[in-house]
Amino acid sequence: MDELVKVQNLTKIFKSGLVGGYFTTAVDDVSFDIHRSEIISLVGESGSGKTTVGRLILRLLKLSTGKIIYEGVDISTLKGRKLRDYYKYVQGVFQDPFASFNPIFKVDRVFDLLFDSYLKDKTDKKHELIVESLEKVGLNSLDILGKYPHQMSGGQLQRILIARTLLLDTKLLIADELISMLDASTRVDVLNLLGDLRDKEKMSVLFITHDLSLGYYISDTTMIMYRGNIVEFGKTKLVFDNPLHPYTRMLLSAVPEIGRKWKKSELEMKRGEIPAGGCPYFDRCPLAMDVCRKKPNLKELEKDHKVACYAAEVMTGDSIQIGKGHNN
Amino acid sequence: MARLLDVKEYKVYYQTLKGQIRAVDGVNFFVNADEVFGVAGESGCGKSTLGNSLIYLKAPMRYAGGNVILDGMEISRLPDEIMKKMRFEKISIIPQFAMDAMSPTKKIKNIVVDLVREHDKKMSEKDIIDLAIKRFKMVGLSENVMNMYSIELSGGMKQRVVMVISTLLNPRLLIADEITSALDVSSQKFSVEMLDEFKEKKFVSSVIFITHDISVLYQIADRIMIMYAGHVVEIGNTEDIVSKPLHPYTKLLISSLPKMGVQFSQNRLTGIPGYPPNLLNPPTGCRFYDRCPLRIDPQKCKNEIPPLVEYMPGRYIACWAYTKGNDKNG
Repeated sequence: MDELVKVQNLTKIFKSGLVGGYFTTAVDDVSFDIHRSEIISLVGESGSGKTTVGRLILRLLKLSTGKIIYEGVDISTLKGRKLRDYYKYVQGVFQDPFASFNPIFKVDRVFDLLFDSYLKDKTDKKHELIVESLEKVGLNSLDILGKYPHQMSGGQLQRILIARTLLLDTKLLIADELISMLDASTRVDVLNLLGDLRDKEKMSVLFITHDLSLGYYISDTTMIMYRGNIVEFGKTKLVFDNPLHPYTRMLLSAVPEIGRKWKKSELEMKRGEIPAGGCPYFDRCPLAMDVCRKKPNLKELEKDHKVACYAAEVMTGDSIQIGKGHNN
Repeated sequence: MARLLDVKEYKVYYQTLKGQIRAVDGVNFFVNADEVFGVAGESGCGKSTLGNSLIYLKAPMRYAGGNVILDGMEISRLPDEIMKKMRFEKISIIPQFAMDAMSPTKKIKNIVVDLVREHDKKMSEKDIIDLAIKRFKMVGLSENVMNMYSIELSGGMKQRVVMVISTLLNPRLLIADEITSALDVSSQKFSVEMLDEFKEKKFVSSVIFITHDISVLYQIADRIMIMYAGHVVEIGNTEDIVSKPLHPYTKLLISSLPKMGVQFSQNRLTGIPGYPPNLLNPPTGCRFYDRCPLRIDPQKCKNEIPPLVEYMPGRYIACWAYTKGNDKNG
């Protein structure tokens, strides 16, 4: 698999307040690659910076430092025509489908706007192209065209937005909480659609979610973010089946699952001080040590599985030794 | 077990210009004392309407029939002044989005005092504040919270404040409407554990826990009721509903949930094709008919509403496929 997007040392600092003000580092020196035909889920709780990463790649926000390289070109400084061309290949679909449509226009408008700006040369085949793209997302154009957004379900609207990206030559879809507002009975079909687009159209998807079981179901690769940092990164099966970062472990233990009751825990809500330049999970971490006052880097602790945690480094080191002991 | 709440053939409609929307259309269920009763269903199934209507029938919501008996007392058509006394003390609610509904210009202290005063004029301001601080501490909030504004609190903290406020007067029945939906997983777990503790300490006796998320119900509910398009389709013990669902809708709903360990590439799940019916003009028969893969007796399913019957002890189902067993039992 080759890389479609390379994100390098991406940092976003928001400044708040009028005079003087204070700074919030929403994304802190984050690097990762998105490969062709890969679904990569970006998992984190509110405030983790996951949405900011998506918005930076979509150029809806300006990065503070770092690079976002799409097909060899740094897109962080693109302007005008070149930026417009970038949007042929990179598109976003967001959480609230009803907010993505203007309620006073028919849904056809999202296609019209596209043909007016990007597909002028294809206007003669407009109708066929729209019908074809709707079919690809499992919709019958007769049920869709000529109707208003309020006559549609949330799942239908999200599919229409995905169909729209298919008319362009979209290589990367940023799906930010795409299905969190959909009902259980329709959400899995939209998830399956993402899987099909990856397999058939070779599309890559950055699937931003707070729901771990959905991420597990659909993605090839998983990134766990906490307070602007990637704390664990790797093949989805490795991250979920062998979580190494204490934060990932806490998240997984808190996921409500059918067939597994929550263990009653010490109510883990304490928040304390994080030493400057220290591990972002320092105040909540049950394994925090003195060395954690210096922020750990992401390290590959097993093949295709990176973790930013000193304790995990020690643990995996130990487990290898224990394994050896057994063999002897 | 004693029944705390008994709901019979209860109907709540919305009055609109186009006609009546039959959001809750003849539901039957009961809630035992000292239990968490989960209500699950998809958007538009009537679960929130049901919860809200038990507390306050606000226009365009309209009572359209049936009985609601709380602690032996019929409360469905009480005059407003009497119902106002019941609210908060006997029956309380944590409404959906409550955490975002707190006034941003009032200190938490004032919100608490105003609210309690509205219902209990005898309690002194000091008593109210002392009680609230005691409860806040129990859920890990410091007493400084009293002097803060709601916008200064995180989502998880706001939800805890709302939960403490709604249960301050120890209501018998608490209706919790989607209290975990907007929260992170760690805060979800916290809220559920908190509710559990409140029950243990007898701040509330029973809870009606409304959510679209069955996996959260699995953690907390003793029994689960599944609703579809204004009707009850199935009621049973949590374990039975989750591991041995009987109604075709419940079966499909549970099988469409991605579970940990299930991946698209190996095990492709399917949703439920089709959409729920329009409740302005609902179908005459079973409301799941259009999407149902079973349709045991197509003519009957299409034309007659299946009644909710006790198919096995404690297990209630509304589906024509399960009425025969009942005939034998009866």
